[in-house]
Amino acid sequence: MDTRRGALAVPKVRRVGFFTPTEPPPESSQRPNRSQSGPVEATTSSSPLSDSPSGNLISPVLIPPSRHHSDNLTSHAAAPVPVPGPAAFRRYLAHDRSLHVGSYNAPDSLLGTSPPSSNGEFSEDSVSLFGFQRSDSTKLSASFPNGGFDLTLAVRAPQESETIIETASASEGKKKIAEVSGKSESVTTKPQKEKEPKSLKDKTTKAERRAIQEAQRAAKAAAKGEGKRHADESVEANPGKAAKKPQPKKERPPISSSVSEKTAVAVEKEKRMDVPQTQMQYDDKSRVDKAKRRAVVEQTETKNKVELFLHLPQYERGSQLPNLSSNFFTLDTIHHAVYKVGLQHLAGDISGDNARCIAMLQAFEEAIKDYTTPPMKDLTMDLTTKINGYVSFLIECRPLSMSMGNAIRFLKNQIRKLPVNLSEPEAKASLCSDIGRFIDEKIILSDKVIVQHAVSKIRDGEVLLTYGFSCVVEMILLYAHEIGKKFRVVIVDARPNLEGKKLLRRLVSRGLDCTYTHINAISYIMREATRVFLGASSIFSNGTLYSKVGTACVAMVANAFSVPVIVCCEAYKFHERVLLDSICSNELGDPDAVANIPSFSTKAKQSKMMDNNKNLQFLNLMYDSTPSEYISMIVSDYGMIPPTSIPVIVREYRRENLLL
Amino acid sequence: MDFQVVILAGGFSSNLVPLVSKEVPKALLPVANRPVLSYVLDLLESNNLKDLIVVVEGEDAALKVGGWISSACVDRLHVEVAAVAENIGTAGALRAIAHHLTAKDILIVSGDIVSDIPPGAVAATHRRHDAVVTVMLCAQPVSGPSESGGSSGKDKTKKPACEDIVGLDSWKQFLLYIAKGTEIKKDTRVNKSILCAAGKMELRSDLMDSHIYAFKRSVLQEVLDQKPAFRSLKQDVLPYLVRTQLRSDVSSDQNNVEENGNGKDNMQNNEVVLSQILSNASLPSFHQVYESGLDSRKTHKCCVYIADESKIFVRLNSIQAFMDVNRDVIGDANHLSGYSFSAHHNIVHPSAELGSKTTVGPHCMLGEGSQVGDKCSVKRSVIGRHCRIGSNVKIVNSVVMDHATIGDGCSIQGSVICSNAQLQERATLRDCQVEAGYIVCAGGEHKGETFARR
Repeated sequence: MDTRRGALAVPKVRRVGFFTPTEPPPESSQRPNRSQSGPVEATTSSSPLSDSPSGNLISPVLIPPSRHHSDNLTSHAAAPVPVPGPAAFRRYLAHDRSLHVGSYNAPDSLLGTSPPSSNGEFSEDSVSLFGFQRSDSTKLSASFPNGGFDLTLAVRAPQESETIIETASASEGKKKIAEVSGKSESVTTKPQKEKEPKSLKDKTTKAERRAIQEAQRAAKAAAKGEGKRHADESVEANPGKAAKKPQPKKERPPISSSVSEKTAVAVEKEKRMDVPQTQMQYDDKSRVDKAKRRAVVEQTETKNKVELFLHLPQYERGSQLPNLSSNFFTLDTIHHAVYKVGLQHLAGDISGDNARCIAMLQAFEEAIKDYTTPPMKDLTMDLTTKINGYVSFLIECRPLSMSMGNAIRFLKNQIRKLPVNLSEPEAKASLCSDIGRFIDEKIILSDKVIVQHAVSKIRDGEVLLTYGFSCVVEMILLYAHEIGKKFRVVIVDARPNLEGKKLLRRLVSRGLDCTYTHINAISYIMREATRVFLGASSIFSNGTLYSKVGTACVAMVANAFSVPVIVCCEAYKFHERVLLDSICSNELGDPDAVANIPSFSTKAKQSKMMDNNKNLQFLNLMYDSTPSEYISMIVSDYGMIPPTSIPVIVREYRRENLLL
Repeated sequence: MDFQVVILAGGFSSNLVPLVSKEVPKALLPVANRPVLSYVLDLLESNNLKDLIVVVEGEDAALKVGGWISSACVDRLHVEVAAVAENIGTAGALRAIAHHLTAKDILIVSGDIVSDIPPGAVAATHRRHDAVVTVMLCAQPVSGPSESGGSSGKDKTKKPACEDIVGLDSWKQFLLYIAKGTEIKKDTRVNKSILCAAGKMELRSDLMDSHIYAFKRSVLQEVLDQKPAFRSLKQDVLPYLVRTQLRSDVSSDQNNVEENGNGKDNMQNNEVVLSQILSNASLPSFHQVYESGLDSRKTHKCCVYIADESKIFVRLNSIQAFMDVNRDVIGDANHLSGYSFSAHHNIVHPSAELGSKTTVGPHCMLGEGSQVGDKCSVKRSVIGRHCRIGSNVKIVNSVVMDHATIGDGCSIQGSVICSNAQLQERATLRDCQVEAGYIVCAGGEHKGETFARR
């Protein structure tokens, strides 16, 4: 449990792009080896990221019970696992341990010669950070037995248990990256847990129970096998052999740990079902292949990808749409409303986060209205799988935005919370009204609130600069004009979408005084501006603004000219993740859009030639991240707040956000 | 997906006389020994469309088509055969079966199509744009129907190219103008308001209407009701909808506005904001721009789906097309036929008997139970079931239907011999059509003739 905790406390930084594979180990505190849970707990609660996703749901198989029961009693009491389960589990292991205590201690002491800094926490980190990086295997091998892992599967030879843990934690790390949004309910800090005993109680999912069961079985089997081997040659007693062994074993870790890994995969799968999958790492071959087999939309990936962004999906735009549309009638599983939305996302008919989210929710609403529970099935379960299918379809059409992920999470939560005794029409009606309420309250009402707040910041004679197109900003500008404020608007736009044109057209038709320019003129036009209004795709809990590419540039230039930057963002777009750069999570648009310039359309042949050039790669990034220091103020439903307050809002209101 | 499929299988097409007759309606004309309708049904079935309505002109024809359908695919498809009166046109046929139509959108497919273009693509485009009508356009066959088959073309069966002239917007999404090429003599009229609204119109003559349409049911029925004079979908209904797309008097989307009326004031306000957000997010089509320019204008969208050029599309609407289809299905487009080809690129049924020194070339098909005598040569031809062909017969680029009898020493080039026809010895046919059951006398030499009983 300790090591697991340690891993959770670490902010999830994914290293992508260029970095040296043999990075020096991060400095980790030197603690007594065995009883780590105390100090780690402390760091967890103190860290602002304590409520990082995928908290306690980590499969019990992987969680080694610590030697001192008292150590993990607290955590177990809070854990969503039913009491009898882990108790039995622990008993098993305790029993095993009593058999082999002597044997596992020997390698432990021998390996104790390794640097003390490499305790369990570090190794866990390194694996979860660099899931693919197995090079520092010696460190790992040294660290695992040290960090209290000897207790986990005491029955096995150390090298075996180590491989298990390594693979498990590696996959864990990967999964954690994949599930960006994670489970918000599973909170690691204690006080919050106590606040929500109910929600935790109903979280003893089937998966967990099964995992526990399988863990027990595995432990039993292992104990048996080990016992035999012990009788035969007493492997454990020979520490030298044990220490040597890891190298060859490492090359094929799954063999020795097939059982536990299987359970881990099962649990992982179950978990993935719950969570809107916002990201998959597209440089991970096996996963991509798996996803391809499942995929509804046939997609061919572009060959020429920019190396730094290999982990993001990039498809040949041309091939997707015809493929999807030709399968119109064969996709029975997808409701036609959802299908239409997916098609519109894919074709780019709908852009803008709010609109995409609303369109998606409305499609879901329609799908729920048309839904009938098949016989012998539970509405909650079946509807959730249906929605999951829709969501993965939409992801295939276009990666979801953060706000859509939040909305999906809300909907699933709503489904999960449905009372069991509710009849089907009632349940459907309640879900539909929930969706309607979400749209009304979280999007439309909050837009109105934001408009009210932001208008107070507009004074007569000001020059407001905005970038691209954001529907909230448009509402603000129109409303301010309506109530008679005198101001001028500068619309900064960027290729290839030129969304600002839409805004410009509407503003001019309402009689606003506008200037339209492209982003390359930003430093000139910024001299005139007195205020910058920006829209947002999402705001992360470190205050980073995630928005249309170019926003960061505008914000930084504004900062340099000491122009206040006001970001308008509905609270449902806040996300508890932390984003440090715009490489980890981003979206790649159609590369041809960058290459094809309308005025040069006659040279289409030339661009065709360019397409086939191996040395040429096109990059059409969709988003970028603006560090919080360039943002003066965020206007949200909760009023005008500094970016540093985002984590507070996320923490305090998230529950309310999700459950309404 | 809330789509209903209507197949307009027609009746006895006058274009195809003498191939069609009372016994063989157009839909059952064999293409590579399978009725042409089966190709359409296969195409739809592969797209998971199994509830179909087949509209046939004339009771007799309907009985025949229905009989064939029930024998061929009763277990796989749910097909409803509707008989309508003859010569009421496609629009009339739809009017007659209007009470069967209930779905939100209707896919209308002509029954004489041999193609591998997925109809789903049309439906998807239709749904995406929420259009009133979506037309599938496909590239005009490059080689043209006339110069097909090498030696056989260039004669009186060649029809004037009846291309369509279509006008598209700059994104090739909307249909702005459509006319039949043959109707345009010297000048034509283009609606000015549409041209102004769209800004740019691309007129193309290399595309042809494929007779696969997706209609919004409510609109289609309204138009059919309001304009009783309309006879043809292609010539009346479609141009009408295209013409009036900016001054629409069909109630396409107005029902949802009414629905909102019963809500509370606040809710309604929210709805307005909602729809505004949604509409603001998308790039407005010229329809919306036009609509917003002047109040109380209603528009509807007419979309096009342009099929990929690599796809095969042939309409069986002339004798020449019939020859082409037969040739293509066992030749270039052989994946459509559903047969497996031998190493020699031909299909010879195992029960067919070949005489000594008889050669069957590539791209040929020999039906079940046919007998071919000695020293014959068959090239690029389709021979039906149970034909009896004598010795020293040469068959090139031709179609011989079931149960035909061909005497010794005949030479057939570029011709169609219908079922039960008989060719006596040493008859030489070139670019001829022989009606079912006709007997061609021995020794005659014919070129470009049509043999039919008057």
